[in-house]
Amino acid sequence: MSEAKSLLVGGLWKNNSALVQLLGLCPLLAVTATATNALGLGLATTLVLTLTNSFISASRRWVPSEIRIPIYVMIIASVVSCVQMLINAYAYGLYQSLGIFIPLIVTNCIVVGRAEAVASKSSIPLAALDGFAIGMGATCAMVILGSLREIIGSGTLFNGADQLLGPWAKSLRIEVVHFDSPMLLAMLPPGAFIGLGMMLAGKYLIDQKMKQRAALRAQAAERAAPQNAVGKAV
Amino acid sequence: MLETIRKNGVTLAVFAAITTAATAVVNTVTKPTVEHQTLLQQKNLLDQVVPTGMYDNNIQQDCYVVTDDALGNGAPHHLFVARKGGQPVAAALETTAPDGYSGAIQMLVGADFQGKVLGVRVIEHHETPGLGDKIELRISDWINSFNGKVVQGPSDKAFAVKKDGGEFDQFTGATITPRAVVNATKRTALLMKTLPERLSSLPVCGDANE
Repeated sequence: MSEAKSLLVGGLWKNNSALVQLLGLCPLLAVTATATNALGLGLATTLVLTLTNSFISASRRWVPSEIRIPIYVMIIASVVSCVQMLINAYAYGLYQSLGIFIPLIVTNCIVVGRAEAVASKSSIPLAALDGFAIGMGATCAMVILGSLREIIGSGTLFNGADQLLGPWAKSLRIEVVHFDSPMLLAMLPPGAFIGLGMMLAGKYLIDQKMKQRAALRAQAAERAAPQNAVGKAV
Repeated sequence: MLETIRKNGVTLAVFAAITTAATAVVNTVTKPTVEHQTLLQQKNLLDQVVPTGMYDNNIQQDCYVVTDDALGNGAPHHLFVARKGGQPVAAALETTAPDGYSGAIQMLVGADFQGKVLGVRVIEHHETPGLGDKIELRISDWINSFNGKVVQGPSDKAFAVKKDGGEFDQFTGATITPRAVVNATKRTALLMKTLPERLSSLPVCGDANE
């Protein structure tokens, strides 16, 4: 239980692939021009990570450590190809908006990173959970960055969500602000770098605050403890 | 040492065989669905540039290959002919605007053979997000301003963006992209006028020279 919990917390916050490990930035920066695309690639990455982690964990008994990396690469490439073909066949709308980014998942080093760090040493459920947690952490970071860039860049949120989630999602589109001419910087790759930098700073601030609060609490507990002791003695 | 190499080689080969087999199986299983989806998608696109009420043939099967410099480059482009009672009434022709702001813009132009444009769609482009990408229907309905417009001839001044003295809007901050699309549409519609006579000499899709 505690191991599963620490994997979840690690994937979503403490060890977030985008904000702490800074891995897989190429797809992260490339697709986050809109929240919809970010969500799509995030979910595809999560699916791939969960599957590859499970397969690699399942086969770890037969994988000699000297040649583990080429085997991981083969498994990952095969899983990504299969996911791409399945999405192409059964979710064509999603394939059209994500088409070129799905093969990019192969190059996402977080996939092989988790295979090496966790999946090769853990049981199948734990490995799958780790893949899921890391994937969801990356998805959250991407969706936040995508939302920021979309709001600043074009004033909308979840524009084109119907291509990802089906016709009902048309109503998800929110026009936050109306711009006559879009803020180009946010839409282009430099905007992604600046946005990611802001998010890193924000996460660092929150972590600092939490650390300070924890230190204060520890101090207070320390101060309270001797007084109690004195009180008892008297 | 040799023993290790042999063992690892065999393990690697076994994993390669398994992963390749898995990919091949999924490919075989999904292939018919993928092809069906692609055809549906193509039909959907054709319906947007040539109204279905105009013809009674299977437009996707009536496919020819056109290679002409008026289509932006020397690459082969597909031509889908719409016929009514066997007579060609209109066609959809793939074309390329080579002079986009960030490279070529791939388009599909539907027109009759008298120079009247029925519909235009951009299939692929790399224009600046937020500026040039208004040529996409999902972002702006600018592309619909071609519907029903007639190209009078090669010197038709009205078939151009407003900045060039024509009647098509350009976008704020982006003239190159709409200019490329308008000019490519004009060239394509003009080429289309010459096609009915050449139809019998055009190679059919799926030939080896495609």
